[in-house]
Amino acid sequence: MSDSPVGLQEIRALIAAHKRWDIIFGVIGLLALMVGVLTFAALFIEMAIKGLPLLSWDFFTSFPSRKPDQAGILSAWVGSTLVMVVTALAAVPLGVGAGVYLEEYAPKNWMTDLIEINVTNLAGVPSIIYGLLALGLFVYQFGLGQSILTAGLTLALLILPVVIVATREAIRSIPGVIREGAYALGATKWQTTSDHILPYARGGILTGVIIGMSRAIGETAPVITIGALTFIAFLPPAPVHAEFPFLSFEWIMSPFTVMPIQMFNWTSRPEAAFQQNAAAAGLVLVVMTLSMNALAIYLRYRLRKKIKW
Amino acid sequence: MVTVAMPQALPGASPAPVPLPKAEARGLSFSYGTFQALQHIDMAIYERRVTALIGPSGCGKSTFLRCFNRMHDLYPGNRYEGEIRFFPDNTNLLDPHVDPIEVRMRISMVFQKANPFPKSIYENVAYGLRVRGVKRRVILDEKVENALRGAALWDEVKDRLNDLAFNLSGGQQQRLCIARALATDPEMLLFDEPTSALDPIATASIEELITELKSRVTILIVTHNMQQAARVSDFTAYMYLGKLIEFGITDDIFIKPKRKETEDYITGRFG
Amino acid sequence: MTSIFHTNGMEAMSNYFVSDRLARRKLRHVKERIIEFILFLAALLSVATTIGIVLILLKESFVFFQAVSLWDFLTDTQWTPLFSDAHYGIMPLLSGTIVSSMVALLVAIPLGTIIAIYLSEFAPFSVREVAKPFLELLGGIPTIVYGYFALLFVTPLLQKIYPGLPGFNLLSAGLVMGIMIIPYVSSVSEDAMRAVPMALREGSYAMGATRFQTATWVVTPAAFSGIAAAYILGISRAVGETMILAVAAGMQPNLTWNPLEPAATITAYIVQVALGDLPHGSIGYQTIFAAGLTLMLLTLFFNVLGHLLRKRYRQAY
Repeated sequence: MSDSPVGLQEIRALIAAHKRWDIIFGVIGLLALMVGVLTFAALFIEMAIKGLPLLSWDFFTSFPSRKPDQAGILSAWVGSTLVMVVTALAAVPLGVGAGVYLEEYAPKNWMTDLIEINVTNLAGVPSIIYGLLALGLFVYQFGLGQSILTAGLTLALLILPVVIVATREAIRSIPGVIREGAYALGATKWQTTSDHILPYARGGILTGVIIGMSRAIGETAPVITIGALTFIAFLPPAPVHAEFPFLSFEWIMSPFTVMPIQMFNWTSRPEAAFQQNAAAAGLVLVVMTLSMNALAIYLRYRLRKKIKW
Repeated sequence: MVTVAMPQALPGASPAPVPLPKAEARGLSFSYGTFQALQHIDMAIYERRVTALIGPSGCGKSTFLRCFNRMHDLYPGNRYEGEIRFFPDNTNLLDPHVDPIEVRMRISMVFQKANPFPKSIYENVAYGLRVRGVKRRVILDEKVENALRGAALWDEVKDRLNDLAFNLSGGQQQRLCIARALATDPEMLLFDEPTSALDPIATASIEELITELKSRVTILIVTHNMQQAARVSDFTAYMYLGKLIEFGITDDIFIKPKRKETEDYITGRFG
Repeated sequence: MTSIFHTNGMEAMSNYFVSDRLARRKLRHVKERIIEFILFLAALLSVATTIGIVLILLKESFVFFQAVSLWDFLTDTQWTPLFSDAHYGIMPLLSGTIVSSMVALLVAIPLGTIIAIYLSEFAPFSVREVAKPFLELLGGIPTIVYGYFALLFVTPLLQKIYPGLPGFNLLSAGLVMGIMIIPYVSSVSEDAMRAVPMALREGSYAMGATRFQTATWVVTPAAFSGIAAAYILGISRAVGETMILAVAAGMQPNLTWNPLEPAATITAYIVQVALGDLPHGSIGYQTIFAAGLTLMLLTLFFNVLGHLLRKRYRQAY
C-alpha cells in the first residue's frame, strides 16, 4: 500500500505545482490591499496638493463667500463643533444607559429581544433615513426647526447603536467575579454598576464614543435633509456672553452649517478655485476624522494589552 | 535504540517471521518556546503492526505522534532535534529540507475529535485524492468506495454519499475520518486518541477496525485508555514527562513490565 | 445616611438598626427601581426610533399615494415631480441605485473576499496588524470626501481612457463606493473565517493540502454563511449611500442601465430636494418620503437576510 520511489517523484512535482498557488495568491492578496492603499494615498495627496496652500489662519476665520479666495470655513467648523456638543450630550448618556440596561438589568423576555433586534437593525439603516425621520418629526412635528438642536439629536440617534454596542462589549469583558465580589459586600445593582462596572468599562465605552463621534462629524446627508443651509455667512449666537446670565442657549435653535456640507457646497461649484477650497476643507475633515479613528484604534490596542484581570 | 526481544510467533497475521521497522525515532527531542516536551526518544515503529503510546496526561505522547506528520510545523516557535527515519527510503522526516506536505501525503492522521469537512460524505473521502490531483470520476468513485469499505462504513452510507458529513453520528463521523485517511493509501496511520470522544459501542467498532487495518498499514496510536492499548496493540510504549520509559511487546509490558515506573502506571498507582 | 456604627448601646443600636434599616431598604429599593426604569427608557429609545421612522415614512407616503397611484409609482418611466408635467415613476431612481450598487459590488466583493482570505489564512502577523487598522481607517473617511475624490480625480482619470465619459457618471461613483465598502465586506468575512475551528484546518493539512488548498477548499466553504452575510452587508451599504452619488453621478433622474451615464439614485434625489426649498405638505415634499420608504424597504430586506445568515454561521460552531 505504499508509494514506490518513482511515485515519490510525481508527488514532488505535484506538490511543487500546488505550492506555486500559495505564492501566487500571496501576491494577489497584497495587490488587493494595495488598491486600498493607493486609493487612500491618491485621495490624500490630491487634496493636500490642492488644499494645503490654502490652509491659513484666514481660512479658518473667514466666512464662505462668493469669491473663492476670500472664502473660509469659520461658520462650518463652529457649526460642526456646536452640533457635536449636542450630539455627545445626547448620545453618551442615552447610549451608555441603554447598554447598561441591556447588559445588567434586562430580563430574558420578548421586550428585551425586541430592543436588541431594533438596535441591530438601526445600525444598518441608511443615514439619510435618519434625516427624513428628523425632518418629519423634529423639524415639523416637534417644531424644533432647522436648528443645531435638531442636527445634534439626529446624529445622536444615528450613532446610538455604535455607542450601545461598544458599551455592551466593554461591560461583557468584565469578568463575573468582580460583579460577584461587589454584590457579596452588599452593594445594590446600581452601586455595583456605577462604582465598579462603569469605571472598568470606561475605556471600551470611550473608544466606541470616539468612533461614533468621528462618524457623526463626517455625516452630510442627514444634516442636509433637515435643512442645514449650505451658504451661511454668520455664526450662531455665542453660547457665552460677557454679561449676565453668562450662558445662553440661543445658539441651539439657530440655523447653521457643518464642515461636510461646506465641502459639498464648494465641490458642487464648477469654478476650479472653489475646488481648491473644497480640497482644503476636505483635508481638515479627513485629518479630524482620521485622528479620531486612530485615537480609538490606539485606545483599543492599549486596552487589550493593559487589562490583565 | 531500544531493542526488543522477539519470540518466533508474533501477534498479527504477518507473513514475515520478524517484523521490520517502518520508522525509527533516533534521539528525538522537541521543544516549543522554552518548554522541552520530548527528551531524546529512541524508538522503532514496526511495519504492519499496531504500536500504542500510553502514559499520563501531559507526558508528550500526542506531541510525539504529531512529529511524524510534521503537524508542529503549523505553529511558530517549535523546534525538532534528532531524526525520524522512514523506510524503505531511509528519509529523515524531520529534515527541514524535506517538505512536510510530502510527509503528510505518505503518513495520514485521525484526530481525537472527528473533524469532517463541511462537505458531502463523498467529497470528504475524496479530498485527499483531489489534493493528489486525481480528477477522473471513475477512479475517485472506486477509491472512495474502497476507503469506505475499509472503514466499515460503506453499507451505512452508500445510498447517501451526497449527504453532508455533519449529519452522521459521532462514531460514523470518526469512521469517515478514518476512510478519508485511508483513501490515499498511506504508508502509516497515526491515531490521536481516536475513541476518547465516543461511546463504548462506537469505540468497539473502531478498535475492531484498527485490528483489521494493521494487516495493510503500519499504525501508531496514542491512547489514555490502557485497556484499549492492551486489546488492540502489538507493541506498547510507556512515556512519562517527555521521556520514553519502556517499550516492548504489549503482553510483556502489561504482564511483566521491566521498569517500576511502568508497573506503577499500569497498576493504577498514579496517572 | 448616617452610619449605623456611630451609636451607643447595643439595645439602642438594635432598635435603630431594624427600623432604620427597613426604612432605608425601602428607600433604596425605590431608588433602584427608578434608576432601572430610566435605563429602560434609554434602551426603549431604539424601539421608539424605529417606530418613529416607520410612522413618519408611512404617514407622508400615505398622503403621497392618495395623489399618485401605486401602479404609476412602480411603472412610470419618468421621475419629474417638480415639473409642470409631473411624473412619479420610481424606476429611474431605482435604476440609478441598482446600477451604481452593482458597479460598487463588482469591486467590493472580489477584493473584499480576497483580502479576507489573505489576512485570515496567509498574511504574517505583522501584515495583519497593519492592514486591519488601515482598513478600518479607510472605512472611516467621510463619504463627502469620497464623493469629491470620485468627481474630481476618478472621473478625469477615466475620461483619459474613455474621452466620451460625461462629467457626472455612475461608473466613477460606483467604483469609489466599491472601495469604500471593501472594509465592511472584508472584516465581516474575515471574522467568519477566523471562527472556523483550527481542527478543520489541521484535518486538511494532515491530508497533504497546501495553504491555498486549505483556504479555498475547506475554510472558505466552512465560513460560507458568514461570508454571505458580509456580502449582504455590502449590498445594504451600497444601496443606502448618498453623498458619493449625489456629488459624482449628478442629480438628474435618468432611467438607464448604462453606468457611463449620469443618473440620480433614490438617495441623491432626496438630497436634491432637501437642498431646494419645498413647502411642508406639498407633493414635492412628500415625494422624498415615498422615495425614502422604498429605500427603507430595500435595506430592510437585505438587513433581515444578512441577520438570518449570520445567525446560521454562529450556530454552526
